[in-house]
Amino acid sequence: MYGWGIIKTLWMTLYHFAMTYVEDVRSWLSRGEEGTGEGGSIPGVARGERTHGVFTVRYPSERRELPERYRNFPFFVIDAETEQLRCTACGICAQICPVQCIWIQRAKEPETGRPRRYPVSYYLDTSQCMTCGFCAEFCPFDAIKMDKDFELASYSRPGFVSAKDLAKPEAYHAGIHPTAYAEEAAKRK
Amino acid sequence: MAHLPLDMPAEVWERLQEHFPGALSPAEPPERGEGEDYPQATPHRMIRAVSRSLLMSRPRYEGVLVHSRHLLPVLKFLRDELGYVYLSNLTAVDYPEPLEQFPPHIDVVYHLFRLEGGGYVALHVHTTRDGAILPSITPEFPAANLQEREVWDMFGVRFEGHPDLRRLLMWEGFDGFPMRKDWREAYYEEEHKPFRSRFPDGGDPLYAEERTPSHANIRQSRQGLLDSSPPMDDEFSEADRLLYERMLSADQDPDKPLKTEEMILNMGPHHPSTHGVFRMAVRLDGETVRHLEPVFGYLHRNHEKIGERNTWLQNIPYTDRLDYLNGMTNSLAYCLAMEKLLGWKIPERAEYIRIIMSELSRVVNHMLAAGFFSNELGLYFTGSLYALEERELILDLFEAVSGGRMMFNYMRPGGVAADLPDGWLGQAKQLVHERLPRKVKEMQSFLLDNEILQARSMGVGALSKADAIACGVSGPVLRACGVPYDVRRAEPYGIYERFEFDVVTRQAGDVFARVALRFDEIWQSLKILRQALDQVPEGDIQSHRLSPRMRIPPGETYGRIEAPKGELGFYLVSDGGANPYRYHIRATSLLNLTPLSQLTRGGKIADIVAVLGSIDLTMGEVDR
Repeated sequence: MYGWGIIKTLWMTLYHFAMTYVEDVRSWLSRGEEGTGEGGSIPGVARGERTHGVFTVRYPSERRELPERYRNFPFFVIDAETEQLRCTACGICAQICPVQCIWIQRAKEPETGRPRRYPVSYYLDTSQCMTCGFCAEFCPFDAIKMDKDFELASYSRPGFVSAKDLAKPEAYHAGIHPTAYAEEAAKRK
Repeated sequence: MAHLPLDMPAEVWERLQEHFPGALSPAEPPERGEGEDYPQATPHRMIRAVSRSLLMSRPRYEGVLVHSRHLLPVLKFLRDELGYVYLSNLTAVDYPEPLEQFPPHIDVVYHLFRLEGGGYVALHVHTTRDGAILPSITPEFPAANLQEREVWDMFGVRFEGHPDLRRLLMWEGFDGFPMRKDWREAYYEEEHKPFRSRFPDGGDPLYAEERTPSHANIRQSRQGLLDSSPPMDDEFSEADRLLYERMLSADQDPDKPLKTEEMILNMGPHHPSTHGVFRMAVRLDGETVRHLEPVFGYLHRNHEKIGERNTWLQNIPYTDRLDYLNGMTNSLAYCLAMEKLLGWKIPERAEYIRIIMSELSRVVNHMLAAGFFSNELGLYFTGSLYALEERELILDLFEAVSGGRMMFNYMRPGGVAADLPDGWLGQAKQLVHERLPRKVKEMQSFLLDNEILQARSMGVGALSKADAIACGVSGPVLRACGVPYDVRRAEPYGIYERFEFDVVTRQAGDVFARVALRFDEIWQSLKILRQALDQVPEGDIQSHRLSPRMRIPPGETYGRIEAPKGELGFYLVSDGGANPYRYHIRATSLLNLTPLSQLTRGGKIADIVAVLGSIDLTMGEVDR
């Protein structure tokens, strides 16, 4: 019958619209139960394999839980024991960086000029960073890790190159990457 | 067999030698007379003294070196007699320094395939760097059209006899040929990464690029123009003048009964249905399209030049940005090409992960293509949003495994970057077994059964089987014309031969066939996914420990995969260093644009948008 396809399409839109609210009520009824929030596990948003309705996340009032491997810009890890940067200024991150946005100055002994194993200065231009994660992947000392903070808008370009925000404590790394942190700790022992 | 050019069947080589004894062997005495057609090409001693033995003296130099004079006959022979009908890739390599016995030259490479499957035949033609000129093969092989224009644009090789040799990606009047080795871009810092200024002495990165000596290295001159171009007039820019001249001269019908005023209309560059910054100059007779010329390059960042500055590994995240919907397959193609040069085998588990990722990527791409096609027909965003919903769930899977939703940086030579996290397979199985079949069916029925969509797309923009092959289109566009050609079957890579799936085709070749075929392919992808997800073995995911400045043994290769949009190939030349000597991408979206003018001719202006949507292109890949 001519026009049947159009009616079907309209029905489908209506069905999706209605199911969104039906599932909202369902997820509200089952709130607090374990294992109901598939995928994103956001209260009020049924997002997952069995959902029939729309699962828009109303950012910023609702937030998806980010997966552990989610990566944004890198940060340098401050070791919990020594309270110093873990970085040994080996320069591997600066070499592998595809956009060459990591700048590291290696310390030198003032008398002999021999290289020391810590950085004097380190910069990372986050306005250039392509968030590929190579630096964290290739760092042999677990000294540079990928951050999860993505709300980093700035009004000026110097705002993207600030060294003080780049160093973060080890506990922060352990908090955002629990599995990877446990693996690293096991490997070091 | 040891001295046979790599990757070429013995029978092809023998037949070639039999038919072109002079062109391929060193026995040919120098001939002066013939060269007069291409006067600048004759100074070469080497193009006369081409031989198999010379070729073999360069390690792993693939294919046959042909005299430019014999190029067209050899190509025609390969096509007509030996069945190498599919001209897949055409590119050039610049050698500013003498290489072995060859003086400085530009090497133009042609890769041809058989539709029955199998490897390629590579042809090399040399030309001088000054006044580089070669015969054009576009009149015989329409697939070469855009690629020859690109080689002219990037290397300055002029193709004699090309119907429309304008610059492709740069603008007319641009100074120099960017892919030549001695050309330096603005903000040029050093020949290769890593740059010495970053480590060990570091510094302040703020506005560092402004401090490089060549930060304003951009000039406009007439050097890039054809010598025959008349001086610029004020009304149009040089590029537009050449474009409009081309459009008005092409396909004029002298016997038109009624003399009507034709007009040229520019669709784009900012047009909501062009998937990016893409301009189509259309010559219209009323509402009927008489001729269409695609204009692009607005997103051009010279990906290939960046690729040659990068180290091998640094290119992987860049490939994600080509066709930004299918980062997984882009980097897979690049890694496969690298592995071909390295001769690495990858672990079983990594093979399965790669297949799962590329098939999921295909589902995403095809659903999105169909969704955005409905957008183009005037459904607005409703159709796209149903596709985007499923895409979100698949991107959740990608994000969990790689950390990025679009810029994955996941594939590595020798395997993949990270293992699947706990519970990932279960989630993927649930999606593939339960949700996707339901949703694909739903979407298929609401799109393809819709009478408006059928009326708009059936019989519109039809491409014949022969034209599709000649134009070198690939992927769903080719298969919708009834050509069962799929790299996964024709030249299986990875472990595709283990899976059961069909190469689906449709016969009509029109817009509807292309859209419907994408749904057929989703079903096949789901079939592969169901098999692969059940079979994933335990084990390693990486066969080699990668070093940041890994080197690749000298050689060249052309590696290709069946990306969701079609055949995606990487032509890599290594000189043994830490950087690719040549890094060329056979961009699927670009090559699928070759028949665009043909597809839209004679149709209405509203059909252009439908045709463009059915081709499914990403400007990130077209412009590179």
